[in-house]
Amino acid sequence: MNKSETRDKAILKTVKFEVLRYNPAGNESPHLENYSVPVTKGMTVLDGLNWIKEHLDSTLSWRSSCRMGICGSCGMFINGLPRLACNNQIVHLHSDRVVIKPLPNYDIIRDLVPDLEGLFEKHRSVKPHLIRKDTAEQDSPTGEFFQSEQELLNYIQFAYCIKCGLCMAACPTVATSEEYIGPQPLTAGWRYLSDTRDEGAEQRQDVLYSSHGVYRCHFAGACSQVCPKGVDPALAIQMAKRDAFMKGFGRGKKRSGSSVIPPIQDWTPRGDIPDAPAKTVPQKSE
Amino acid sequence: MQQRLKNRLGLWGWLGGGRYGLDRYAYSLHRLTGLGILAYFIMHIFVTGQRVGGPENWDSTMAAFGSPLFKVGEFLVVLAFAFHAINGIRLILVELGWLIGKPGVPSFPYSYSTLRHKPVFIIFMVFAAALMIIGGVDFYFVMK
Repeated sequence: MNKSETRDKAILKTVKFEVLRYNPAGNESPHLENYSVPVTKGMTVLDGLNWIKEHLDSTLSWRSSCRMGICGSCGMFINGLPRLACNNQIVHLHSDRVVIKPLPNYDIIRDLVPDLEGLFEKHRSVKPHLIRKDTAEQDSPTGEFFQSEQELLNYIQFAYCIKCGLCMAACPTVATSEEYIGPQPLTAGWRYLSDTRDEGAEQRQDVLYSSHGVYRCHFAGACSQVCPKGVDPALAIQMAKRDAFMKGFGRGKKRSGSSVIPPIQDWTPRGDIPDAPAKTVPQKSE
Repeated sequence: MQQRLKNRLGLWGWLGGGRYGLDRYAYSLHRLTGLGILAYFIMHIFVTGQRVGGPENWDSTMAAFGSPLFKVGEFLVVLAFAFHAINGIRLILVELGWLIGKPGVPSFPYSYSTLRHKPVFIIFMVFAAALMIIGGVDFYFVMK
């Protein structure tokens, strides 16, 4: 049996892909184009698009990279929900019709390619990095900033964000307000605001607790529903609201960044741990 | 830079629940009922303001608003109030960080705030329904 015969046998069904096409250079207005795609076991929506590009229409455009739910490039509006194309198998959609549109609430560059620049701009506005007053220590560290396991658990979930932007496409407040910062940047802001090592609360709060910040969220929950990494932006935003509320009454947690722990000098290795093998590649200093 | 096509959903994105969860529908309904109650308040101020024009003016206004159409409209305000009040209390509690769980390490299948909050949501909606029924009985039978 040759390769194509094996593939023909593996085909489970044929599915109709309806894909939104838009070419800024062309005269055609945005429209849905139909493609018949043979579906095999384990085939994702991204695989389906690749099949179309390979066999039917090489001009179809979208953005993708890792094809394993890590990079967050292939966010699309698939059968009525924002999803990652690589993270959803066609058979799991339980439909013979797959309607794919670019993520809503973003401008369309071409076909299924959204313009995410607005998202990244808002993301940058919340200063998504550790801010320390002692910048010299940050630039040339003498040790680690202390953090307990429980302190880590308070924000680690929000650090799983891959910036795919699905939450912004799902959010009903983003749908009507261009100024609203939105679930992804607010979650990123809260991730650092709740980090015990951080000392940038004042700078970050100006954005997070502004009139277009956390209190524009009304807990529709769509962001958390569509998040492919379980980040739960709705939870982060409610926690930030409570913090803003408590601070408004002068009762919020005021803290300075955690202290620096110098590296442990005096230690003896456990006897049952074998020595590391000798280095096989010469080190730079040697 | 080439021309970008605007794709912000606008009013439909705000109003349409689509394939999202119950909370999304509660979000839309909360805003709609809020607008409805606001419209009622404006109308209410206008109607009660007619008293300034004398008893005859007041009586004729009351007669105009006594039609079955306005009776149904008033009952809709009762329903809107019941939902908006109970859902509003739920939202205050949620916005104080209660009844939605705590953050942790995400592991598949993911648990998230609105999913954990669902039983609480249903309990609050049962309260709202009970308030609507009590309001309906009071409106149509007791106040007759």
